[in-house]
Amino acid sequence: MMQLSHAWLVDENPETRFQAGAGQTYRMVRALLRNPLAVVGLVIIIGLLVVAAFAPVLAPYSPIESNLGARLLAPSADHWMGTDELGRDIFSRIIHGARITLMIVLLVAVISAPVGLLVGTVAGYFGGWVDRVLMGLTDVFLSMPKLILALAFVAALGPGIENAVIAIAITTWPVYARIARAETLTFRNAEFISAIQMQGASHTRVIFKHIMPLCLSSTIVRVTLDMAGIILTAAGLGFLGLGAQPPLPEWGAMISSGRAFILDQWWVATMPGFAIVIVSLGFCLFGDGLRDVLDPRNRTR
Amino acid sequence: MKSLVLTNAAADDPWKRRRQQSLRWLYSLGGFAATIAMTFLGLLAITFVIGRVVPIDPVLAVVGDRAPQDVYDAVRAEMGLDNPLIVQFIQYVGSVISGDLGMAVTSQRPVAEELARVFPATLEMATLGILIGVLVGVPAGVLAAARQGSWIDQVIRVLGLAGYAIPAFWLGLVGLALFYANLRWVGGPGRIDIFMEGIVPSRTGLLLIDSMLSGDWAVFRSAWSHIILPATILGFFSLAYIARMTRSFMLEQLSQEYVITARVKGAPERVVIWRHAFRPIRIQLVTVIGLSFAQLLEGSVMIETVFSWPGIGNYLTNALLNADMNSVLGATLVIGAVFIGVNKVSDLLYRILDPRAR
Repeated sequence: MMQLSHAWLVDENPETRFQAGAGQTYRMVRALLRNPLAVVGLVIIIGLLVVAAFAPVLAPYSPIESNLGARLLAPSADHWMGTDELGRDIFSRIIHGARITLMIVLLVAVISAPVGLLVGTVAGYFGGWVDRVLMGLTDVFLSMPKLILALAFVAALGPGIENAVIAIAITTWPVYARIARAETLTFRNAEFISAIQMQGASHTRVIFKHIMPLCLSSTIVRVTLDMAGIILTAAGLGFLGLGAQPPLPEWGAMISSGRAFILDQWWVATMPGFAIVIVSLGFCLFGDGLRDVLDPRNRTR
Repeated sequence: MKSLVLTNAAADDPWKRRRQQSLRWLYSLGGFAATIAMTFLGLLAITFVIGRVVPIDPVLAVVGDRAPQDVYDAVRAEMGLDNPLIVQFIQYVGSVISGDLGMAVTSQRPVAEELARVFPATLEMATLGILIGVLVGVPAGVLAAARQGSWIDQVIRVLGLAGYAIPAFWLGLVGLALFYANLRWVGGPGRIDIFMEGIVPSRTGLLLIDSMLSGDWAVFRSAWSHIILPATILGFFSLAYIARMTRSFMLEQLSQEYVITARVKGAPERVVIWRHAFRPIRIQLVTVIGLSFAQLLEGSVMIETVFSWPGIGNYLTNALLNADMNSVLGATLVIGAVFIGVNKVSDLLYRILDPRAR
């Protein structure tokens, strides 16, 4: 039977494909764990996942039900972050808001990364006019101001989380297309691709089975680095009233509702902001660490 | 020049060489102009599509939902909505080029006119913001690179991260709560104290300059106290970016051999850093500053909303909340066009200034 030992994992001559893969993952994780900032980022992200998963257990109060007797209370032992204008516990709302934030980033990543990957690999693989048309389109989207574009799309589609996700995804895919195309170009003419083609593999098979997997790691790095920006944009849309609608405890919308009380009850608008900053920071730090491990060419100094 | 002599076969005939050079220039300029035109056309296509996606029927908005079918059809034809999409798009591009962005639904005034009215406020804040970003960011980046690992280097690193992780609108609110409500250091939301509005004649639309031209220093002080906080917060985000880029450009230069040579020759550290290492990166910085100015225009949408700053960003968000699509698309178009324009100009400047990119 296989044994999961250090020696087995770092074996220079792996016997099976699984051993090679496991060894590579092991080395990557070790390199990542040696970077203290990346570990901080990882801890924050795991924290976000845990909080989102166990929100009903962790939150001391209901995030939705109002309690007008306890309006705008300052932070105290009962309400760690105070209460908002409807007497709802801000701490509980932030905990439940983690679910919304997580859902938004995941949905954006799941929509925009595959689209970008597909456009980029197809453009790079076929070249010629396909490349020119697809990349022309990509460049047009790349040179637009992202936030403004997202705003305009939400304005047309109507406010709401789903439309905010679509609008953000529309503005994020071009980056992944550029990256995937650049990666594809580096091995489009490689011998292993020709070998697969000569075995009679279709273009679809070559792209999906052999080119896309090789573009994955740089795309994942980029997606992780973009997460912070996606969170900020989503919060911005929520702040403007175009994202999640009340009474959903979305962090940006919470800041927006605290805006009216910013001069006297500062905690209503301030507290959700800290949550946004911490989570964005987590993705930034982890993304930086991931880039150093997966993509050493672009290492930051 | 020297490299041209070595590589170019036509080197012996200076006229031929010059002609070739200017031809190459024209060619690349032509390609450049074509890219810009394509990008603007793309922007127009996007706003056009967004205008079509809207679930509001523009004809119904005009005739009301109880109008008979023939009136509906007549209005529809009058608005050009029965033409094929491509014709409609060409008509749209034509009207935008002639400066017609439609009427704002809420105020019943031309959108172009309203945008021209609010644009100076944005320009004023963004300009002050980028000045802060450059004047603080560039020296900070240079210092951070010169003393790698020192406290200033750490500060730049943290600022760079903060620039990615802090929502601008939240920082604006926190700033208001702290510096306006608690410390009373700055003026509150808006461009100027209400009782000072409309005192100085508007010449440039930029309050700081208008009040200086009229010599009205009370107005100037009021305007200054209102602009300084939002401009600083906007500037903070470009500062973070500019400082980080300056730092990495400088590190690259400082590891070059000619810098080591300068050091070995005994040039003072100040001369090595500013004359030898900093000079060559000025051209790269032009691009970075252009890029961050464009981003700053975008960021001003949020900041203006928080500070009730009567600029184009505030105009856009108000129009969004009123579902006033002509105004939304007009503002999107103008911000997008300025964004693209600034980016392309800094790109062009880089090509003109950098001998290697020529």
